[in-house]
Amino acid sequence: MSDVSAAPGEELAVDRSKMRVSSTEVAIEMVDVNKWYGEFHVLRDINLKVMRGERIVVAGPSGSGKSTMIRCINRLEEHQKGRIVVDGKELTNDLRKIDEVRREVGMVFQHFNLFPHLTILENLTLAPIHVRRMPRREAEEVAMLYLKRVKIPEQAHKYPGQLSGGQQQRVAIARSLCMNPRVMLFDEPTSALDPEMIKEVLDVMVGLAEEGMTMVCVTHEMGFARQVANRVIFMDAGQIVEQNEPEAFFTNPQHDRTKLFLSQILH
Amino acid sequence: MSNPSVYVRAAMAPAQPAPRSTVGVAGWLRTNLFSSLWNTVLTLLAIALIVSIVVPTVRFTLVDAVWSGEGREACLAANGACWAYVKAYLPQFIYGRYPIDERWRVDLVYAMLALGLVLLMVPRIPAKGATLAFMLLVFPVVAFVLLTGGGLELDGGLIPDDVMAPSAFRFWIEYGAVCAVLLALAAALAAWQGASVARTLRNLAAALAVLAVVLLAVSVDVGLEHVETANWGGMLVTLVVAVTGMTASMPLGVLLALGRRSNMPVVRLASVVFIEVWRGVPLITVLFMSSVMLPLFLPSGVTIDKLFRALVGVALFNSAYMAEVIRGGLQAIPRGQYEAARALGLGYWQMMRMIVLPQALRLVIPGIVGSFISLFKDTTLVLIIGLFDFLGQIQASANSATWASPVTGISGYIFAAFVYWIFCFGMSQYAGFVERRLDTGYKR
Repeated sequence: MSDVSAAPGEELAVDRSKMRVSSTEVAIEMVDVNKWYGEFHVLRDINLKVMRGERIVVAGPSGSGKSTMIRCINRLEEHQKGRIVVDGKELTNDLRKIDEVRREVGMVFQHFNLFPHLTILENLTLAPIHVRRMPRREAEEVAMLYLKRVKIPEQAHKYPGQLSGGQQQRVAIARSLCMNPRVMLFDEPTSALDPEMIKEVLDVMVGLAEEGMTMVCVTHEMGFARQVANRVIFMDAGQIVEQNEPEAFFTNPQHDRTKLFLSQILH
Repeated sequence: MSNPSVYVRAAMAPAQPAPRSTVGVAGWLRTNLFSSLWNTVLTLLAIALIVSIVVPTVRFTLVDAVWSGEGREACLAANGACWAYVKAYLPQFIYGRYPIDERWRVDLVYAMLALGLVLLMVPRIPAKGATLAFMLLVFPVVAFVLLTGGGLELDGGLIPDDVMAPSAFRFWIEYGAVCAVLLALAAALAAWQGASVARTLRNLAAALAVLAVVLLAVSVDVGLEHVETANWGGMLVTLVVAVTGMTASMPLGVLLALGRRSNMPVVRLASVVFIEVWRGVPLITVLFMSSVMLPLFLPSGVTIDKLFRALVGVALFNSAYMAEVIRGGLQAIPRGQYEAARALGLGYWQMMRMIVLPQALRLVIPGIVGSFISLFKDTTLVLIIGLFDFLGQIQASANSATWASPVTGISGYIFAAFVYWIFCFGMSQYAGFVERRLDTGYKR
């Protein structure tokens, strides 16, 4: 998990013209969120407001709670104190609310988590057909559209096991997009990839950002953070230590912990 | 002299054929059988052992065997197996004491079962869903009516006899009343849980209607002669017990396995208790309980067919084992699969049905087949409660005065072993085929 920044000379091509942040529409709001694993206090007083169209990168050392925090946003983890409101719906024990939120929030995992017994096309159409109740033909058309966007339509009838890591991760992104989500969560999407494949995944993510998708990304790709994010959040020991615009975050970190972190990962 | 630590390859090395001594038949023989002096000795010893077993077996079962003849004289004269006896008793081995004129009914059931299995098991044949629905819903009812003769007397029992005399009419009134109560309960539960009341009611009503049709079908007099299960025997009993046991233990096993991994403490506890109790008891005990003890607890006048009791016992017993096999598969599914399914918005049952179980069951095909094979062979234990299955029927006939001879029993047992082996080997071969077919190349 030490792949930091894109290789030199592999700058991402980013067009920021369409990335607009709404000033009124709130996508995600976390208020005083606390979570414990047994006795261990993993999230402490997390306060975060994500406006529609924001691209947020969450950085921090391992064990700092960044994954746990974004997994709370679609309730893969339960928080014990505080409020989380996604797209106007508060996450409580109400299973129907949780399912509603999950339908609107796409998630991409470090280890892709494609369904190995289904073809790529079936992976993409499963949720639209069975959750959104979309007719099969229509779902397949949508799926092919997104496969073209991630540039692997020719793999539609293969199984995940036959694809490279980078291709699998692009399929995973396409699978989330097929549900037409309003928010996308990325949990270290490039950490399990060979260095040669990182860029193809980042390119897809840049494309999404350029279309104005609201994104929260846990990643160590500082090049991506610098070029795409409009806000970088630094976490340590379960709390948000510092947040700032990328330029200021990288050139002028305030907190000692942030300085130490950046000095270790940037050379 | 150039710098020896700098090297640039000028041309890529082409692929070359493997050495001849490692490929082909000769290569295989050399690497596998005669790779060293010691291995050569072992190979020769093994060949000698195989010959010393195979030759006498072939002599006894084929060369010296008696293939035709009447009565025990034919068998007495034999130096080998007495197949004439097996031939003479074959109908009994297949049908038991089922009335000869009615055996076409059994044949029909056998034929339907065979046809259904072929339709389900050959991947190229389409309409698997419809076939499966037919085999699970219609076939059991048809088979029941054909084998027993149908005309089950349903006369109810909830309303006291003095209020209303026992009759089919009373039964259907009671059925309607029970349905009404169930529907009301379900509606209340659905409303309380916040689920769709209309959909819950529609699903439950459909299920109750199907049950009503089934009850009607088994209670209507179709004009077939009634055949007591006491007269069933041979392969008929073996297959009835085995097939019901397999089809019932599979869904029950899945439910129990899911229950044991549930987050709900009550469901989990109930599953654990059920599984551990049934697994902790020998099958013989279960069968004894069902045939000897259970009738003692039933109110007087109520009798439950002995074969039916054995069926229930075998099914529940095996579902406990099946549950543990399936749980093993569930545990092997990475957490990421559950999370991905959840993140897409799939509900619990959708996730289990479409993501988790297909993978888990594929992983445990060897275990499931192992359970099926041992279930198939365990059916012979019903002999202990006086049901004559295939082996029981053979054993009974081997002692009959008309055919008794030193080789009669052995011949019968060899035949029994051969038939059981065909069934079990067939199951394991088909399982291997399914396993290879479902392999989509995702070994981690």
